[in-house]
Amino acid sequence: MQLAVWTYEGPPHVGAMRIATAMEGLHYVLHAPQGDTYADLLFTMIERRAKRPPVTYTTFQARDLGGDTAELLKTAVHDAFERFRPQAILVGASCTAELIQDDPGGLARTLGLPVPVVPIDLPSYQRKENWGAAETLYRLVRTFAGPAIGTPRVAAARPRCNILGPTALGFRHRDDLVEIRALLERIGVDVHVVAPQGATPADLARLGEADFNVVLYPEIADQAAAWLERVFGQKRTRIVPIGVGATRDFIAEVGALAGIDTTALLAQATSRLSWYSRSVDSNYLTGKRVFVFGDATHAIAAARVASKELAFEVVGIGTYSREQAREVRDAASVYGLEALISDDYLAVEAAIAAAQPELVLGTQMERHIAKKLGIPCAVISAPVHVQDFPARHSPQMGFEGANVLFDTWVHPLMMGLEEHLLHMFRDDFEFHDDAGASHLGASAAAPVMETKPETLSWAPDAEKELRKIPFFVRGKARRNTESFAAGAGLTTITVETLYDAKAHFSR
Amino acid sequence: MTLAVAEPTLDGAVGCGEPVILRERGQREVFCGLTSIIWLHRKIQDAFFLVVGSRTCAHLLQSAAGVMIFAEPRFATAIMEERDLAGLADANEGLERIVDALLARRPDIKLLFLVGSCPSEVIKMDLGQAAQRLSRRFLPDVRVLHYSGSGIETTFTQGEDACLAALVPEMATSPDAERALLVVGALAEVVEDQFRRIFATMGVGPVHFLPPRHAAELPALGAGTRYILAQPFLADTARALSDRGARRIAAPFPLGAEGTTLWLRAVAQEWNVTPHVFHEATAFGEQRARRAVSHRRERLSGLRVGFFPDSQLEIPLARFLSRELGMVPTEIGTPYLHREHMAPELALLPPGVLISEGQHVDKQLDRFRAERPDLTVCGLGLANPLEAEGLATKWSIELVFSPIQGYEQAGDLAELFVRPLARRARLEV
Ligand code: SF4
Repeated sequence: MQLAVWTYEGPPHVGAMRIATAMEGLHYVLHAPQGDTYADLLFTMIERRAKRPPVTYTTFQARDLGGDTAELLKTAVHDAFERFRPQAILVGASCTAELIQDDPGGLARTLGLPVPVVPIDLPSYQRKENWGAAETLYRLVRTFAGPAIGTPRVAAARPRCNILGPTALGFRHRDDLVEIRALLERIGVDVHVVAPQGATPADLARLGEADFNVVLYPEIADQAAAWLERVFGQKRTRIVPIGVGATRDFIAEVGALAGIDTTALLAQATSRLSWYSRSVDSNYLTGKRVFVFGDATHAIAAARVASKELAFEVVGIGTYSREQAREVRDAASVYGLEALISDDYLAVEAAIAAAQPELVLGTQMERHIAKKLGIPCAVISAPVHVQDFPARHSPQMGFEGANVLFDTWVHPLMMGLEEHLLHMFRDDFEFHDDAGASHLGASAAAPVMETKPETLSWAPDAEKELRKIPFFVRGKARRNTESFAAGAGLTTITVETLYDAKAHFSR
Repeated sequence: MTLAVAEPTLDGAVGCGEPVILRERGQREVFCGLTSIIWLHRKIQDAFFLVVGSRTCAHLLQSAAGVMIFAEPRFATAIMEERDLAGLADANEGLERIVDALLARRPDIKLLFLVGSCPSEVIKMDLGQAAQRLSRRFLPDVRVLHYSGSGIETTFTQGEDACLAALVPEMATSPDAERALLVVGALAEVVEDQFRRIFATMGVGPVHFLPPRHAAELPALGAGTRYILAQPFLADTARALSDRGARRIAAPFPLGAEGTTLWLRAVAQEWNVTPHVFHEATAFGEQRARRAVSHRRERLSGLRVGFFPDSQLEIPLARFLSRELGMVPTEIGTPYLHREHMAPELALLPPGVLISEGQHVDKQLDRFRAERPDLTVCGLGLANPLEAEGLATKWSIELVFSPIQGYEQAGDLAELFVRPLARRARLEV
């Protein structure tokens, strides 16, 4: 048993719903109690979908348990087929139905429906949402992709690929897809099938006709892509094009897979991030301490962008995706770090507090942690929130995605010139530490109470010296000094201690 | 092939004044009782709700709680894993370990609820015994109780019913037979305080509320206890109170000016409050409520309103909308119809109105699409899709989370129904 205050991932059947909802012509019958219908609101409220997810729940009750939950399932499948007329039906169980062992797939098959019935078994007590999505996509691809019966390739035809990975309720999947389609077009590759987003079961049957597969989100699509590689010899991309460097690598990788020379494209292709990052006002970004946490794909990519493209210092990296723990550990070693592999929100909070970053790149959960700790934060990964579906085009991938990353990561920080001016004018009569954020109305916020160990005291001159440190970093300086002093077993903090601590913590 | 779903049954003679009752079975699109934790944990300020369930339960709570993620909340889920399913001994041990860690971390907690879920019930985990065992260990500091919020047993607000029913055996027995009033059902503090003042003016007292704001304030029950339901979904709690000898005061629910007056009057009559004193205590509030409501009447009068089943508040709300705002209910869905508790409300509904009990969501959607009410009150899973089909909707969950009872909230309650329509009228996109 595991105590969960908040969870990073839903149960695996929610992953299956993300696949079913992304697709067309597919209906998912889920053997589940009524409360599990909450999952619909993820799609209709968080993603603001205009249609209900194509999911029918059997909503069995306690009184059905002794009786015939199996019959209930058959009725639900039958009615769903009659009402929605899908090309195929997915059948599965949620956590509760898994315990009553009705064999939904077997039962649905006895109905003899004129469309394929795809049973999916998702072990709810071992696995989670992304795994459920990956497994569902894999099962569907296996069922429908069939033997390669593709149209004969015409010699002059451009190379073509499938794009695998974008789902419903995905973090910026909508916009990433637009970006990657455009990028593939520039490289000179045709997009054959996109799955699951927008694909019908019939489209899945055409997957084998493409030359190779582009895997956008390995958590979701790598398992299916690996199968396609085994069966059809379709190679797959390994690079996730988040950030300028990764996008360039991706272009080269696709070029190699498609047999296209991308040298010219790489020579001209660029992103504003590159120039903005070199612009002198970005100097202040150098060495900012960042803590990175998210799903494996986004965490690994964010660390690379943070370190190589914004010259931040990565002081922590972690993921809640246990399935991809190895990849994240490898990435962490590049920064000389030990990766945090955990889906315990409290453990992540403790790790962030200990690392004392100046910026957190995390999920919505880390946004709350960061708020509590008073650290700026930008969101880089699912679990999604309504804010992660902005009205504007806001990809993470490709060159435009890199621009978006620059804006969303840098804006929470104090701007370089601003920081500089605050330094210069910190004793100005209108601009001193105790003044409010604006000289127009609104009085200064109440000073934040600092907690310190009871036995520790500040010598008056040290206290005075501390006041010379700009107010927006003073809290941190105070905390650092106190923890340093406590660690050193001191009881009084002198000016010397203050500077010893500064030296200790400076990078 | 035989289909297990019963044909819908119709009760009540069409044409006469009785409502027509359509009983349906099929897919239900409602929350389970766990969802009540979202407001119960705000209400009982030193209680912790530990769901013993699955990742689905944790995800439900998180999705329903939405924005409240900022704090370290007083609820959590003990997520069962493969190992716990293999043997109940392991599960019980795991639970003890979690409770130990939890209570060590939160010394402010005085009352711990172990909340059962579908998985814990299907594997027949005995949370009653676990609660007793833990109580023995942690009393007098922490009392441990249990109830079921599972989706196979409870629908949405029934979680509150189960929680309050679990509190009833914990209420002390008062030796004196003095008359005392117990108001049952979670209300916002501001509403409680308003009612307290009105009861004081009428000379009704002592007055207690269930649930209390703090675990230690759980009132005693005596031979003179009269209780009145402030919420319409408290069947089990009412039964438990009656079994302890408390007597129920029947009344409509305190929604709207009229509903609030009738609710207060039922109490006044029990206390033999004179008409004059009752008038003194309520006339001003009632007038103010009527004024506030009448401002919205123009906007809503004559419009048709339909309800999907959600909280069991649907019938009292439909009564308020029809009698005080002139709206015309098309279909009033309710997850469960408690005929006895609802009798005073049913008597106030327009004759022949359609009440649907239970749910077959697809058929119900068909009916709403055909009927196209001017306003559809429904859950979050249905609202946007219906909006996209051109139907104006009001999210029912807001009616559960907002203070809507009593005189001073009557205008706000009406406003909740005005807003979606007013918004549509303004938008030009
Ligand atoms: S319906 Fe059952 S399994 Fe689903 S969230 Fe509610 S209690 Fe948990």
